[in-house]
Amino acid sequence: MMGLTVLCLGVALVPLGSILYSVAVQGGSVINVDFFTQTQPAPCSPNPITTCTQGGIGQALVGTLLLLSLSCLIAIPLGILTGIYLAEYGKGPLVHGVRFFADVMTGLPSIVFGMFVYAAFLIVFPGRVFSALAGVLALALLVLPFVARTTEESLRLVPNGLREAALALGLPKYKVTGRIVLSSARDGVVTGAILAMGRVGGETAPLIMTAFGNIYMSTRLDQPIGAMSLLIFYNAASPYANWNALAWGAALILALMMLGLSIAVRILLRRRFRERRIGA
Amino acid sequence: MAFPFRRGARGARRNPTGSTWGDTLFHLGSGAAAIVLLALLGLIVLVLSLDAAQSIGVFGFGFLGNRIWDPNTDQFGALPFIYGTLVTSAIGLLLGVPVSLGIAIFLAELAPASIRAPLTYVVELLAAIPSVVYGLWGIFVLVPAMANVVDPALQSVLGFLPIFQGPVYGYGLLSAGVILAIMIIPTVAAISRDALLAVPQSQREAALSLGATRWESTRMGVLRYARSGIFGAIILGLGRAFGETIAVTMVIGNANEISGSLFAPGNTLSSVLASNIREAFGLQASALIELALVLFLVTLVINAFARIMVWRVFGERGEAVS
Repeated sequence: MMGLTVLCLGVALVPLGSILYSVAVQGGSVINVDFFTQTQPAPCSPNPITTCTQGGIGQALVGTLLLLSLSCLIAIPLGILTGIYLAEYGKGPLVHGVRFFADVMTGLPSIVFGMFVYAAFLIVFPGRVFSALAGVLALALLVLPFVARTTEESLRLVPNGLREAALALGLPKYKVTGRIVLSSARDGVVTGAILAMGRVGGETAPLIMTAFGNIYMSTRLDQPIGAMSLLIFYNAASPYANWNALAWGAALILALMMLGLSIAVRILLRRRFRERRIGA
Repeated sequence: MAFPFRRGARGARRNPTGSTWGDTLFHLGSGAAAIVLLALLGLIVLVLSLDAAQSIGVFGFGFLGNRIWDPNTDQFGALPFIYGTLVTSAIGLLLGVPVSLGIAIFLAELAPASIRAPLTYVVELLAAIPSVVYGLWGIFVLVPAMANVVDPALQSVLGFLPIFQGPVYGYGLLSAGVILAIMIIPTVAAISRDALLAVPQSQREAALSLGATRWESTRMGVLRYARSGIFGAIILGLGRAFGETIAVTMVIGNANEISGSLFAPGNTLSSVLASNIREAFGLQASALIELALVLFLVTLVINAFARIMVWRVFGERGEAVS
């Protein structure tokens, strides 16, 4: 039986290794300074007459940063507030319902949120359906339930004795929650926020019909905007070799970003556990 | 006076610290944030229904059974995509669940303690890769491998079955199913592993003391006990497979029809949205939004069912992250 299960593990690790290898090799061959500063090049495949310009993903980098920062700016505070409500006022059917649907929402396909924003803009802003603002709203919808649940879980880990001690000292409940409990759970909450940002940075489907993608550099909220995930999606399926190369490079940068975020999360978690062990 | 309560001050009995307005504000504020979440869910159903109303009015319930999707004649039906979703998810589960269970058993029962943690982390890495990178790898590595090696082999060995007949493109339902299988492995393996770890040690010891072999002890003592947790993991994997969009869109070939062969291109409920929504208008856009509504309701039900199953095993506070 050991052999069979190890075989299963191997079956899972082969595609993982293949993906990491392809992204590293194919993506690495196209990374240079131009890659980060230039925008989409003219389409071109290797031919004996002209050389192809490599171009870059500058507009997509800017787009991803803009979309991520604005959507997290909207959704993370709202999500933390929801998480506080779920953890601190944890009784009653309303709380159970919100908790259940927050869990369910984290499992829904992200394209549904994009379609919702698309459909909403069709009704409300028909001229601005494909815009950075729509993309921001779609991503915020993804971040909100995720941050709410992770915040609630972090707050629940704070021992009740801390709350009781603070209340016994005469602090009102909102100060107990806001100052004592929240700062005690700070690492967990920040971890949840970083995880949410990492998850949303790679999202493509909700951006297809909202942010739409843009081969030119743009930071306007009312115009379509590029994003790294969109760039990979469109360029991978294109027949031009220099566009395909850009897709691999963007995939490498995206993977490095995910890795960086995951390492940051691990460091934060380890620091929290180390402090706990010392204090215990 | 035994306690230092203020006497005669209004509200002293109710809240000796005196800050009622802050508490009420905080309670209402955070409660409002929570209600926003519920309101959003209702808003999603409302808005999608409003925009899909034109298509619902034209096609009615026959939409779900109609296998023709033709923008040129304004005929739209959801059957090709329901078929594509069911077939690709079935392939994904058939291939992915046994592998995930094998990994879960290895990580929970058989692996030496020193390599358990790093191996678990490595399996979780599969979940951290964005879907679009899976699709990119799928286009340049998986599809050529399927087209040149796997599909012809299947056709030569099992070609008498109608599902393995027909031209081989590489892009098709089978390739999409394979990518889905890879993508649900981390989810199903992680939750199954948690379910197996939650089984008390006494179960294994009891089976072993009755003379069972290692495999028998795992099968009788552990797997049976963890049955509902594993079932919840499978349902969560199914939900993930149903909703997976981008990787599937990039390898499924984008054909809006039903074919009897697994090698044929097709579309799922989510991939047809990704491929067609940018250029759609009028009735086609309304039909696509109706598809989105169907997808939303189906995945809502599946995910709700899965969460209930997982909650029953781990309690309400387990598994905050899917």
